[in-house]
Amino acid sequence: MADQQTAPHRGRNAVSEPTFVRWLLILICALFLALFLVVPLGTVVGRVIMAGWGSFAETLSESDTQSAIRLTLAVAALAVPFNLIFGIAAAWAIAKFEFKGKTFLTTLIDLPFSVSPVISGLVYVLLFGADTWLGPQLKAMGFPIIFAFPGIFLATVFVTFPFIARELIPLMQAQGTADEEAAISLGASGWQTFFRVTLPNIKWALLYGVLLCNARAMGEFGAVSVVSGHVRGKTETMPLHIEALYNDYATDGAFAVASLLAALALVTLILRTLLEMKFGAEVGNGQHK
Amino acid sequence: MALGLSLTMLTLIVLIPLAALALRAAALGPTGLYELVFDPRVFAALKISFLTALAAAIANAIFGTLTAWVLVRYDFFGRRIFDALIDLPFAMPTAVAGIALTTVYSPKGLIGEWLTPLGIKVAYTPLGIIVALIAVGFPFVVRTVQPVLEEISRETEEVSATLGANRLQTIFFVVLPPLIPAILTGFALALARGVGEYGSVIFIAGNLPFKSEIAPLLIVIKLEEFNYAGATAIAAVMLAISFLMLFLINGIQSWSQKRFGHG
Amino acid sequence: MDIRIDKIRKEFGDFPALHDVSLNIRSGELIALLGPSGSGKTTLLRLVAGLEYPSQGRILFGEEDASWKSVQERNVGFVFQHYALFKHMTVFDNVAFGLRVRGSKDRPPKAEIRRRVEELIDMVQLSGMENRYPGQLSGGQRQRVALARAMAIEPRVLLLDEPFGALDAKVRKDLRKWLREFHDRTGHTTLFVTHDQEEALELADRVVVMSQGKIEQVGSADDIYDRPQSDFVFSFVGDSAKLPVTATNGEVLFKGAQTGLRTSAANGEKHIFFRPRDIVLQEDGPAFEGRILSMRRLAGARIAEIDAGLGEGAERVEIELPLGVPAEQGNVIRFLPHRYAIF
Repeated sequence: MADQQTAPHRGRNAVSEPTFVRWLLILICALFLALFLVVPLGTVVGRVIMAGWGSFAETLSESDTQSAIRLTLAVAALAVPFNLIFGIAAAWAIAKFEFKGKTFLTTLIDLPFSVSPVISGLVYVLLFGADTWLGPQLKAMGFPIIFAFPGIFLATVFVTFPFIARELIPLMQAQGTADEEAAISLGASGWQTFFRVTLPNIKWALLYGVLLCNARAMGEFGAVSVVSGHVRGKTETMPLHIEALYNDYATDGAFAVASLLAALALVTLILRTLLEMKFGAEVGNGQHK
Repeated sequence: MALGLSLTMLTLIVLIPLAALALRAAALGPTGLYELVFDPRVFAALKISFLTALAAAIANAIFGTLTAWVLVRYDFFGRRIFDALIDLPFAMPTAVAGIALTTVYSPKGLIGEWLTPLGIKVAYTPLGIIVALIAVGFPFVVRTVQPVLEEISRETEEVSATLGANRLQTIFFVVLPPLIPAILTGFALALARGVGEYGSVIFIAGNLPFKSEIAPLLIVIKLEEFNYAGATAIAAVMLAISFLMLFLINGIQSWSQKRFGHG
Repeated sequence: MDIRIDKIRKEFGDFPALHDVSLNIRSGELIALLGPSGSGKTTLLRLVAGLEYPSQGRILFGEEDASWKSVQERNVGFVFQHYALFKHMTVFDNVAFGLRVRGSKDRPPKAEIRRRVEELIDMVQLSGMENRYPGQLSGGQRQRVALARAMAIEPRVLLLDEPFGALDAKVRKDLRKWLREFHDRTGHTTLFVTHDQEEALELADRVVVMSQGKIEQVGSADDIYDRPQSDFVFSFVGDSAKLPVTATNGEVLFKGAQTGLRTSAANGEKHIFFRPRDIVLQEDGPAFEGRILSMRRLAGARIAEIDAGLGEGAERVEIELPLGVPAEQGNVIRFLPHRYAIF
């Protein structure tokens, strides 16, 4: 029985690490996360608090800031529904039907993920810019694309194109077509089946996809920067306004605007975590490539 | 109908503009393209973009795998918050990340002031670019490795122990090899993202030509100079790298699907 | 290698998985641990392997106390139900793994490893498949790779956890026979866990029946089937019928009436257990009486479900009727078991 005195440290589980190794690894990861994510995020909050409410309110009351916020909201209000329609249609086509070239289509949907945001803007400049045939024509007709709202909208759509589809495809593939077939066999029409059967099945993943798409649409910088022309009060979105303020050494103002977008990102993540806790596998299976 | 709609939208928004880029690049001709790309400043920028992205992707492959391990295998206070924070770079606008990282890592910043006495300069150097790229690329490896690690049964590790392998042998010979396709996929995604990253980098990089000027920034500069040909040439090279990455990722996935029956 | 399990207790948190289990295993024996899920049989196997450690008690390998030895030190061969093969390694590399991870002092030279691995692959009849990956093998083949891999380290004892549980019925039967031959040839002390009584009775030298963390009975297939020592063993192994009876001074009473059966059990409320086929129909005299509720045909026998309660609450039992006897639903029949046990 003397052996059992030494039991606790000798009787370690065969497939785990000693406690101190575990804590060391957790610590390393926490440190890594702190260095690259948490401290920078904290800085945004810290700077706004240090500058005080007066400075925050002042920045937000400036007409350029307000115009940037309005433009960002307008772009997101158009780009998100656009991507919503595409996301549902593409996910529906990929998950519920078999056709040739499906892998190719999936790769195409992922394409904007691996294209530099600057290139996403550049392609529209090359299509509608000053040295093209189309661009000056449209501009003469009073419908400029580049350095105007339509260009900002197009660049934003390009960059955020895959988000909703990506969120839905794995879920819809996992759910298969049995529910829809049952509904059709019971006499439901195509649209009825979609609104009564398919949509309720995917609503939480869809919600998260919309939130993420919205956060990215409002926060897009590189692509929009290329097509916007940076006209203060006119074609400057919130991220571009942050850059302008920062480059003018109006750092407190830059952080004030940045805190709004950071708050949006945090709300998106919190909602995701809550949805995931509540509905588990239905949300968050989509890989954000 | 869904297929038609999505194809139409995809063609209008993604394919035609990319085709326009390809056409404009082709119009430059092989010699024109060659001259533009091997212009010393352009070439230096491409090199900096690729090498910093490579360094950041390697760091993320190592720490991302470690983080996935910690999240899947260990239960500790705050694990859920930890897990949620991983996605921060996916949701955080790059400009916000850019100014925040620059402030933190500048010589007088919260972390920078600790590094300056050690002789380490981060902000306004290539090291700063790497820091920004690590921050924005961090989730890729974690999120590709995590689900695969969750699927690995503890039984293979137990068997390995009964066969006499110590814990390190088990981890390196039994646990890690099946994770390699996922790690490589995450690595390639982080690399592709890093090569093209713009917003988070330009604030912290210092943007000195030949030293800390990245390729996407050079595209913007060329555009501001209305040098469309120059911008197109750089974009064409970067796009080629992106396609190579995509090709690589698909290759890894289908290989591992065949070999291990999972992606 | 003799193995002695000495008064082992194991708790997971507050949940007692094993209470005071003792068992002696002789060298070269093939032992089955049989029981329903949650009976503690897998826990016992894992304790012997060193994948878990006991809360109390000792495990001896021969004369050596192995209770607190690590799993690596114990040198046991372990085979899981779902094979747990290393998917990224070929059949050859799987089998060679245990030899290759040894320290340079104990590791055999390369040529020796090759020779031994090939010999083992030959022994499990997988020659020519050395370079295949587990994903390219059938379930039965995978389980044989797992077995060869466990044998490669020349284990002191072979431990198999539901080794045939994931296989379909036909492969299961073949592999069962094959394992018996394999055991007879190699002579390894072997413990295997199963919930399949047919498998346990057919394969093992001795069967250990477990329930709720305790050993109910240890014995040969004949002992377990013909001389069950507890109500659990009687009802768990083989088909059984059970009726409430009263023991009074050696007499067995059913609903207050004499049955003519005798028992050495102490006086009190008891149950009588018997096999459905161990009955004799009675014309007159004391007997159990019941109405046939339903009949079904099972291969060479007729099984009748009978309500022996006769109005005073349902007492359903199944008995086997000889084919020649005329009987149909609703008939009343009288019978007595000629072999029975009272618990």
